[in-house]
Amino acid sequence: MKKKKTRKKGFCHQILRCWQLYVLLLPTIIYFLIFNYAPMVGIQIAFRDYKVSKGFWESAWVGLKHFKTFLEAYQLPTLIENTVKISVYSLIWGFPIPIILALLLNESKSQKLKKVVQTLTYAPYFISTVVLVAMLSMFLSPSTGVINKMIEFLGGTAYDFMGSASAFRPVYIISGIWQGAGWSSIIYVAGLAGIDPQLLEAAEIDGANRFQKIWHVNLPGIMPIVVIQLIMSCGGILGVGYEKVYLMQNTLNQSVSEVISTYVYKMGLLNAQYSYTTAIGLFNTVINLAILLIVNQICKKVSEVSLF
Amino acid sequence: MRQSTKIKKSLDNKIFDIIVTILLVLIGAIALYPLVFVVVASVSDPVRVNSGDVWLYPIGFQLDGYIEIFKNKWIMTGYRNSVIYTVLGSILNVLTTVMAAYVLARKDLYGRKLLNWFIAIPMWFGGGLIPTYLVVNSIKLVNTPVVLLILGLVGSYNIIVTRTFISTLPYELQEAARMDGCSDFGILWKVVVPLSKPIIAVIGLYCIVGHWNDYFSAMIYLNNRNYYPLQVFLREILILNQDVDLNTIENAETVAYKLQMAQVMRYSLIIVASVPLLIVYPFVQKFFVKGVMIGSVKG
Repeated sequence: MKKKKTRKKGFCHQILRCWQLYVLLLPTIIYFLIFNYAPMVGIQIAFRDYKVSKGFWESAWVGLKHFKTFLEAYQLPTLIENTVKISVYSLIWGFPIPIILALLLNESKSQKLKKVVQTLTYAPYFISTVVLVAMLSMFLSPSTGVINKMIEFLGGTAYDFMGSASAFRPVYIISGIWQGAGWSSIIYVAGLAGIDPQLLEAAEIDGANRFQKIWHVNLPGIMPIVVIQLIMSCGGILGVGYEKVYLMQNTLNQSVSEVISTYVYKMGLLNAQYSYTTAIGLFNTVINLAILLIVNQICKKVSEVSLF
Repeated sequence: MRQSTKIKKSLDNKIFDIIVTILLVLIGAIALYPLVFVVVASVSDPVRVNSGDVWLYPIGFQLDGYIEIFKNKWIMTGYRNSVIYTVLGSILNVLTTVMAAYVLARKDLYGRKLLNWFIAIPMWFGGGLIPTYLVVNSIKLVNTPVVLLILGLVGSYNIIVTRTFISTLPYELQEAARMDGCSDFGILWKVVVPLSKPIIAVIGLYCIVGHWNDYFSAMIYLNNRNYYPLQVFLREILILNQDVDLNTIENAETVAYKLQMAQVMRYSLIIVASVPLLIVYPFVQKFFVKGVMIGSVKG
């Protein structure tokens, strides 16, 4: 009876009925409209010559001019090479380590040790990028850095890691692993905790040793999580964040450290080439999305696990 | 025969356990050592630190680095600003996120499906750096401290994680409260929030970490030194090596000493900047798993 009544009343009544809910949602809606949806409308300046005085809608339409400029820019091959290399190598080296860490934690007989190691490996995640890069430059300083002192102690010669192009990627990747491996392992640890103990018992009765149990029970058990994480990481191949790269950048390593996002930042905000860099950003987003979809399809075929 | 395979197996097991323990201890040490070294170096004699004598324990104990930090006007300005941005910003973040998540978890919300799409789309597609900057610029928020509070006020991801959590709570509780004449505001405050403490803790921590460590928003949107958060000053001092004003040292006049002091001050500065978060996170640690798991199962 009551239900019929509300259905008869119109849109306004529905809104009024739970007006308090809309009030609670209002700040979020306003925020999203201004900071998420308005910039989406602004993407069209990639096809215009943006003038601040004319705004998103009134600036002159130039079609694909900016995309052409970017595709013909002499920096393009280097930018793409640097971006892809940083993310692919980070993925190759960085992706398996949290999984290995989680498997190790799962094998630990002592809950106390497990907890301590977890707490310790999470800690670096809470250090800011600025502090991380500062620690790198202090530890790796050729004259006073503790790492170089260790190298000298072991009979080697000090090396200026931060001021060398060939050391840039290893330093970036290793410090990234130090900072992120513990945090990334949380999801695998949780997945391992959810594996049915009966499976492990059955494997033991069949005579499997510890290593075989990991290989044949634990690892397949978390495979769906692994695949999802892999797809998501692949979606960010052209999306190397500019924060850490920008902070680690200097004139000596620029040849390998200039990536698309740092280029966009410099050209866009420091040189005010708004339309050109929006076009680069859009190009970047589209390629990322394409890679995500391709990897998603491959995973669907190979492992029957996929994001969508 | 059987006995011997059993013994062999338990021996294998023991060896395996020992290897696991050794590896875990090693990993823990690798994670911890850089932080320990910074602490040790920050309280040691700068000369001994720079010559590589200090490894594990302080040599020539001093706290001058810390004293210098608290005398430095800009570091203190940055610290104050960061505390304000972090505290106010995180409160606003959590409040807005919980409000939105509660509403979107209500099954009787009119237009729920549409609103859920509205929230989810920005997760996959965004305007990017430059259009966002232009929008912020056009509403005159550039170079105001407000921008650091408002930017990132609510994120799709946090709303969805919180919404998923709230929708796992027994819905009957909300209905019972409504029967008792509780308003929607009342249900949120008296029923949902007390039950959502774990997720509020996790989201709160994400926000605190985000605000405290945020450096790029300030670099992009601010150019008034008085508004800068700590991270911007950290970059100037720690990475760009802009020399800290050490004129306040009176008893030691030599340039060399000042340079050494600047070095030690850097270690102290890292500690002072990182300690707030490193103290907080172990208390929230038990909720991490829950937060990450809900986040991975998209609702």
